[in-house]
Amino acid sequence: MKNVLDFEKPIYELQIKLDELKSHPEKHSIGIEFEEEIALIQRKIEETRKQIFTDLTPWQRVQLARHPKRPFALDYIKDAFTDFHELHGDRRFADDRAIVGGFAMIGQQRVMVIGTQKGRDTKENILRNFGSAHPEGYRKALRLMQMADKFGLPIVTLIDTAGAYPGIGAEERHIAEAIAVNLREMTLLEVPIVAVVIGEGGSGGALGIGVADRVLIMENAYYSVISPEGCAAILWKDRTAAPKAAEALRITAPDLLELGLVDGIIAEPLGGAHTDTQATAAALKDRILKEIETLSALSAEQRLKGRYDKFRAFGHFEETAATPVSA
Amino acid sequence: MATSQFTKKIPGTDGPEPALTPPDLDAAATAFLKKPKLGSGKTRKRDMPEGLWTKCPKCSELVFDKELDENLKVCPKCQHHFPIGARERINALVETCSFEEIDAGMLSVDILKFTGVASYASKLETYRKKSTQLKDAVITGIGKIGPHRAALGVMDFAFLGGSMGSVVGEKLTRLIEKATEAGLPLVIISTSGGARMYEGMFSLMQMAKTCAALAYHARAKLPYISVLTHPTTAGVMASYASVGDLIIAEPKAMIGFAGPRVIKDTTQAELPPGFQTAEFLTDRGLIDAIVPRLEMKEKLTDYISYMMAGK
Ligand SMILES: [Zn+2]
Repeated sequence: MKNVLDFEKPIYELQIKLDELKSHPEKHSIGIEFEEEIALIQRKIEETRKQIFTDLTPWQRVQLARHPKRPFALDYIKDAFTDFHELHGDRRFADDRAIVGGFAMIGQQRVMVIGTQKGRDTKENILRNFGSAHPEGYRKALRLMQMADKFGLPIVTLIDTAGAYPGIGAEERHIAEAIAVNLREMTLLEVPIVAVVIGEGGSGGALGIGVADRVLIMENAYYSVISPEGCAAILWKDRTAAPKAAEALRITAPDLLELGLVDGIIAEPLGGAHTDTQATAAALKDRILKEIETLSALSAEQRLKGRYDKFRAFGHFEETAATPVSA
Repeated sequence: MATSQFTKKIPGTDGPEPALTPPDLDAAATAFLKKPKLGSGKTRKRDMPEGLWTKCPKCSELVFDKELDENLKVCPKCQHHFPIGARERINALVETCSFEEIDAGMLSVDILKFTGVASYASKLETYRKKSTQLKDAVITGIGKIGPHRAALGVMDFAFLGGSMGSVVGEKLTRLIEKATEAGLPLVIISTSGGARMYEGMFSLMQMAKTCAALAYHARAKLPYISVLTHPTTAGVMASYASVGDLIIAEPKAMIGFAGPRVIKDTTQAELPPGFQTAEFLTDRGLIDAIVPRLEMKEKLTDYISYMMAGK
């Protein structure tokens, strides 16, 4: 079964059975009416789905966040936004297709929307570099965000990246600096900023467009300082320990909300965003509009202070009396 | 007795390999600590016999430890820069008795109850025991660099690979805020494998937190000099280390975002010669100047004189 995760298989198997029966009513089981059998399988599908998706492990959520059928940034831009005018290029070197951005409407609200974009197939993945941006992507994003600031447009960022690209060109053109400058400059943008982690929130590459007044996360997305595989390779010396690392790192939406690291969760349909993309997009749209409305009621000064205080508060430590060493 | 018995093996120029955020903490940090380490030289030395030598990994010459210490851990023969501890660095940079440390008692906590092969709590304990001079990977304070009062933050690779968790982020943020309030120039000397994964997303958020504080320091038109030393990578490089008005590096320092191994595995390409060194990045426009450790104090003094001239 292509594009089906292991733990999704029981549902898909039942679905196939249901489809078969529907197209060949004469094949229904002996001793049971056709309609009755259909209803039975449908009920079974719902039960199985509930069983599987009610108590997802962190690793299962990571797999859902990376699901090949999961809606990507441009899917949400199509379904939750209208009137998208894509704008290209960093005015320095190139147009990085791993980050898309432009003017768009969400409801009746004009905004600047920016997102990291994965490819749906091999050809598009080459174009999008699997959603891992080069420095040019972050510089394009900053250019568009600063323009939005200039013209008073709220900013929406949609985050879905395994991480910034670890490549030779990326290093030669200073990817770390591109991300760092975004972190600093996003702090000072006066317009409302709403960031949503829609799939993978891969470390600095995600944070590079993630300094916002509101940081939201989709129910089955994750946001982490390091990929579970990377962490497993370092701490367990074994990449296959990724499920353990996913648990230890506390990277799921419910974990992050509990830790106070995100401001809210956008619910997905039972079974994940890809099982009903329209409903998911509608939920995303509602939440973004609500946040923009709340943030727009504040003064620029209040937003800047709120944004600063929010990131300022992150961290846990203990303060003990210690004799300072003077020199 | 053969000299080899007295020869310390020091992690060399190829040195700890930086990894993608966060670093290979265990490998990197223990590589420094398993072998007799120069970074914590002063405490160790007291209970060791006099007359120790160190073999320079670059020129293979044997150098007297005393001579190496006096030379700020720079090989007098070939100028190879050995790792140096944060305290020693501060002593070498500030005017005598001018440095007032802040937040000296701040300690990391195991907020996620992180358990991997070893728990974070036990790791912290081990590192605190190993070094009497370090409670975490950065020391911050206000001191005089030449005639200039300046806010100074100095990282130390010996503590968990210089990784940035809540304590590093909080101490630096408080330092930056203090500098903004008091109108002081800021110098941060970095060495780090990146964000500390044991604190999960709290570590990642320190990148945003420190950069946010720097935004307001910059808006007050105050100078910030970022000094990159071997190695400075990943989450630290992708935050405060990269946004100095001046970005200065020590010679041959390895500087980058992703680790060379990760890049090789991802791209399947040969890395260009000198890739991710201070010299390579100077050629590509990131670094204002490469400054040898022995000239650092003088250079920083000069830079600050220019940058504070209008104040
Ligand atoms: Zn030498």
